[in-house]
Amino acid sequence: MIFEVEKIREEFPILKSQVGKYPLIYLDNGATSEKPQCVIDRIQKYYEEENANIHRGVHHLSQISTDNYEKARKIIQSYLNARFDHEIIFTKGTTDGINLVASSFGKLLKEGDEVLITEMEHHSNIVPWHMLVEEKGIVVKYIPLKQNGELDLSTLDELLTDRTKLLSITHISNSLGTINPIKEVIEKAHQNGTKVLIDAAQSLQHTKVDVQELDCDLLVFSGHKVFGPTGVGILYGKEELLNELPPYQGGGDMIKTVSMERTTYNDLPHKFEAGTPNIVGGIALGTALEWLSGFDMEQVEAYEHELLLYATKRIKEIEGVKIYGEAEHKSAVLSFLVENIHPYDIGTLLNQQGVAVRTGHHCTQPIMDFYSIPGTIRASFSFYNTKEEIDQFITALQKAVNMLGA
Amino acid sequence: MTIAERESELIDEFSFYEDWMEKYEHIIELGKSLPLISEEHKKDENIIKGCQSTVWLHADLQDGKVIFTADADAIIAKGIIAMLVQVLSGNSPQNIIDAKLDFIKELGLQEHLSPTRSNGLVSMVKQMKMYALGFNMKA
Repeated sequence: MIFEVEKIREEFPILKSQVGKYPLIYLDNGATSEKPQCVIDRIQKYYEEENANIHRGVHHLSQISTDNYEKARKIIQSYLNARFDHEIIFTKGTTDGINLVASSFGKLLKEGDEVLITEMEHHSNIVPWHMLVEEKGIVVKYIPLKQNGELDLSTLDELLTDRTKLLSITHISNSLGTINPIKEVIEKAHQNGTKVLIDAAQSLQHTKVDVQELDCDLLVFSGHKVFGPTGVGILYGKEELLNELPPYQGGGDMIKTVSMERTTYNDLPHKFEAGTPNIVGGIALGTALEWLSGFDMEQVEAYEHELLLYATKRIKEIEGVKIYGEAEHKSAVLSFLVENIHPYDIGTLLNQQGVAVRTGHHCTQPIMDFYSIPGTIRASFSFYNTKEEIDQFITALQKAVNMLGA
Repeated sequence: MTIAERESELIDEFSFYEDWMEKYEHIIELGKSLPLISEEHKKDENIIKGCQSTVWLHADLQDGKVIFTADADAIIAKGIIAMLVQVLSGNSPQNIIDAKLDFIKELGLQEHLSPTRSNGLVSMVKQMKMYALGFNMKA
C-alpha cells in the first residue's frame, strides 16, 4: 500500500477550512485529532436511524443499538488484541479510566503501599494518585526525567520495592514526545510483582499497541485523540485483575440484583459501566479504529517520523529556538521556546496566521519545573499533516518572531 | 479628553489596518509607550489573576485622578494593558467605574484574542475598576 497523504486529507472535511484569510494548519493533534468523514457519518446515522438505550429494552431499536455498541467493543478488542471483549471497558476518556483504576485499585491499597509513576506524566496520571495519598496514606514515587527528555530507567530497580503495588506510566509523553520503552518496564515491574497501568492517550494514534504482546495489566486511552469522538475512552484490563477490583460507580447496568438491603454486581464489563453510557461515542470510536486499522501503522510511523525530522530541521533555522524533548525514540511532537519571547505571544500570532498549536504547560507542570520554564509551544503532528504545512508553519513562526523579537 | 474620546481615537488608529497581523503589530507598538510600573510595585500581589501571562498593575491617586502603571512579561499582553491604561489613566475614579469600554468590542479585540487571553482582558478591566472603586470608597 502506498501512503497517499492527499487522499487521507480528503477524508477530513475540517482540514479544508480557513482561519480568516489563511488555510487552517492543524498542529494540535496532541490535544485532539480531527475526525474522518466516516466517523462523522456514523454519529449522524446513529441519531437518524438507531437511537435507543442499550442493554434494556426488548424493542427493535434497543436491540440494534445494543448490537452496534457491543460490536464496537469487539472492534476495539481486536484492535488492541485483547483476549476477551469483556476486558474492554467503556469510559469517558483517559482521565476517567485512570480515576476508575485509582478508585477501584485504590480500595485494595493500604497505608504505606507505593504507586510508582514518572516525572513526565500528564496531571491526570498524577492527581488521582495524590488524592490516594490524602485518602489512604499511600506513597507516590517518581521515575526521574533526564535532560534529553528520556526517563532515567537506571533508577527502576531501586524504585521498585516490595510495597510497589502499581506502576502507572505514559507510553508517549504529550509534552516531549518521548516514547518510553514500556515493554521492558512492564517486564521489570512484573518481576517485582507490581501491576502496570499504561497511559496510551498519546500512542494509539501513532503506533500499534498490542496489549498481549506488551503484557500490561491495564491500559487507558481517549477516543478523541484516535480520530473518534470526545467523551468516550477505553480502559483495558486483564480479566483476572478486573474481576478482583471492586466496582467504581454504582447505578443501572452494573448490577445483577438489587434488594433494599444489598446489591450484587454484574459481570465484566458491565460491573464498571454504571448508567447510560456514551452510546454513539462508543459506536463511533469503533468506526474510528476500524478506519485506522485500514492503515499500515508502520507506514504511518515512518511518515510521521519523516515529518518530525523535517520540522526539527526547519525550526532550527530560526534563531533562538530551543527544543524541549530530544529523546532518541520520539513521537511527532515538537515542543519549543524562542529565546526572550513569551510562548503566548507566539501562539497568538501563529493563530492569526491559521496555525493551531498549543502553548502552556500542557498539564505537565513537573516537566516544566524540571526545565525551569513556565511552558512551551507545542506543534504535534498527525499523518494527515504535510511537509508543505510545516513550511507554512515555519514561515508563520518566522514572521511572529520578527514581530516579537524587535 | 474624555474616556469616550480616547476610545474613538484608538478606534481611528486601528481603522488604518486591514490585516489582523498589522493590528497586532500596532498593539505591540502601543506596549512600548506603557508607563512602566516601578520595581517596588512589581510584586506578586500586583499580578492580575486570570491572565495566562504575567501582568503587573499598580494605581496611584493624584489630585483626584487615578494614575495607572503596569508591565507584562508577554508583549501582546503588554500592548493590551497599555491600551487600557491609555484610555483610563488620569481619570476620576467614578469615570473609570462608569466607563463602558466599547472600544474593545469595536476593535474586535475579544474575538481575536484566544479565550484564555480574552479572559485576561476581562481580568485587566476588572482589576482597573477595582482600584477605582477602592479609591472612591476611601474618598
